[in-house]
Amino acid sequence: MKILVCISKTPDTTAKIAFTDNNTKFNEAGVQFIINPYDEWYALVRALELKETLGATVHLVTVGGADTEPVIRKALALGGDEAFRINTDSQDSFYIASQIAAHAKQQGYDLIFTGKETIDYNGSAIGGMVAELLDLPYVSIAAKFELSGTQATINREIEGGEEIVTVALPVVVSCQKGMAEARIPNMRGIMAARTKPLAVIEPVAADSLTAVSTYELPPAKAGVKLISADNVDELVKLLHEEAKVI
Amino acid sequence: MLKDLFQSPDYFQVDELLTEEHLMVRDTVRQWVKKEVSPIIEDACQQAKFPSHIIGGLGQLGCFGPTIPQEYGGGGMDHIAYGLMMQELERGDSGIRSTASVQGSLVMYPIFTFGSEEQKRKYLPKLASGQWMGCFGLTEPDFGSNPSGMITHFRDAGDHVVLNGAKMWISNAPFAQIAVVWAKDDDGIIRGIIVERGMPGFTTPETKGKWSLRASATGELVFDNVKVPKENILPGAKGLKGPLSCLSSARYGIAWGVIGAAMDCYDTALRYAKERIQFDRPIAGFQLTQKKLAEMITEITKAQLMNWRLGVLKNEGKATPAQISMAKRNSCDIATRIARDARQILGGMGITGEYPIMRHMMNLESVITYEGTHEIHLLITGQDITGLDAFH
Ligand SMILES: Cc1cc2nc3c(=O)[nH]c(=O)nc-3n(C[C@H](O)[C@H](O)[C@H](O)COP(=O)(O)OP(=O)(O)OC[C@H]3O[C@@H](n4cnc5c(N)ncnc54)[C@H](O)[C@@H]3O)c2cc1C
Repeated sequence: MKILVCISKTPDTTAKIAFTDNNTKFNEAGVQFIINPYDEWYALVRALELKETLGATVHLVTVGGADTEPVIRKALALGGDEAFRINTDSQDSFYIASQIAAHAKQQGYDLIFTGKETIDYNGSAIGGMVAELLDLPYVSIAAKFELSGTQATINREIEGGEEIVTVALPVVVSCQKGMAEARIPNMRGIMAARTKPLAVIEPVAADSLTAVSTYELPPAKAGVKLISADNVDELVKLLHEEAKVI
Repeated sequence: MLKDLFQSPDYFQVDELLTEEHLMVRDTVRQWVKKEVSPIIEDACQQAKFPSHIIGGLGQLGCFGPTIPQEYGGGGMDHIAYGLMMQELERGDSGIRSTASVQGSLVMYPIFTFGSEEQKRKYLPKLASGQWMGCFGLTEPDFGSNPSGMITHFRDAGDHVVLNGAKMWISNAPFAQIAVVWAKDDDGIIRGIIVERGMPGFTTPETKGKWSLRASATGELVFDNVKVPKENILPGAKGLKGPLSCLSSARYGIAWGVIGAAMDCYDTALRYAKERIQFDRPIAGFQLTQKKLAEMITEITKAQLMNWRLGVLKNEGKATPAQISMAKRNSCDIATRIARDARQILGGMGITGEYPIMRHMMNLESVITYEGTHEIHLLITGQDITGLDAFH
């Protein structure tokens, strides 16, 4: 079995968010980058579990510049076998999906995992687009993935309940919490990652369908007002007149 | 303890001197410490209990003997990676770092450096995984800073030797499966010998009532006519040079390690000072607080640069024992001061287990003493620069 896991680089969750170039670009200065948690904790780890229990080769793909290499090395350290970096930088989901699909077409995968979204732009679009471009079935926001032969059983969380889907491989699945438990690499993995192949491939021609015109930060949160415990009247007055909740 | 929010300071962009792999090693150990150590360490220290359940995790992570070649179960990593691992472990707790230091630098290192091929194959893989734990017996009740006077000795008895004596202040002793013991032979020459738990006459009573390194087990090694097979003697070590070279390896790890503790104290104090309001403003706004914080980050930065340079020299095989001694002393000295100042910034909160500072402060009192006291390291530098021995 050959599995492809799509890996993307995102700012650390504690990063301070700011923009440059007239609010059209995220300011990367001083920001720590990590593997998008949905890609790492759920998609990659579930792929590794399948490799360990059923036997599989796990390929990793990322679309991005050389600055994404630390992130892809970490994914190799966690246990991926081989990585591909498609050497182009884009914010457009269709363009990125076209690159992944072109690579996947060449390699032929039984299973393609993505995270349910990235925690920076939250586009949640790549998986569906890749599936469409490859003419494969797509199951989104999977919380559980089991495989028996070439038949997959996937649990999806839906409003107020759960949906259980069966689908034959090959399939594209976007993964969320529940699929697997986050892992921490170890020194052996880090050393092994040194010699694992990381191929840089040039992008294929594809259209960019969207462009960001501007980003906006949410309004700053108002400060907290502390009312002393013996001043209940004041508290009630403020809740009524200012917060307008009672 | 409160949630572990640690972020490492990097005032001089020292990260740019590190490789992508070094950063991955550091971040990995940090992530592991936040998950496995921070949530349990306060309780372990309060109860003075070594959290033995983390041994498997430390082994799995690769913290035991990371610089030992992979064919013997080690990590095959360079010395900067090793230093960063020690920094992150000690950021969690000096006791956890001590456990890893002893296993890697004081047990695996001498077996790897002075051991026979059979000894290496027999012990190293099990020590690397944490299946076996080891300890290092050099200090004796009457011989601490001057180990060359040691009394522990063994007598040749044909196919085995008979070992007598006692070691004290031995980290990991209460639970270790093996002890690398330094003892004199019939000719009065110091040799290394591997003693295994279960050998009749060998006991390891625990040292109780410590106010420091409470999450690390310390004990004695008592040898009462212990018969040890001759094949357990390390063939390559004769004289005090053997144990001293182990100490160089461990001291190197300490030089990095305690900076982790110092960073944790600084990070905690900085965050607290910005949030704590007195006289209607954050205490970080007072000049007296800023003096403390500014001096802390300056000393941490200087030590980071010294450690990095020492790591480069060690990777090139050029670091001298005297250079390592200087870095060990400097790091311990500044870390103990930083811990004190950080505790002061937290006021009353600083003495509680809600914050890690008091624990680090107490731990560092051991670290500035073991592996050569502050004074002994001053004498080492003194001798190195003057050529005159002031030990005697
Ligand atoms: C928690 C803990 C764990 C330890 N783990 C181990 C271990 O695993 N294995 C091991 O072998 N040992 C271990 N040690 C022992 C440690 O290495 C010794 O405590 C240390 O070497 C100092 O020896 P001492 O305690 O006998 O002090 P002493 O040597 O008696 O020193 C007392 C004081 O005198 C000073 N002094 C001594 N000589 C001179 C001099 N010439 N000039 C000026 N001042 C001097 C010292 O600096 C010190 O301040 C550990 C100690 C502790 C506290």
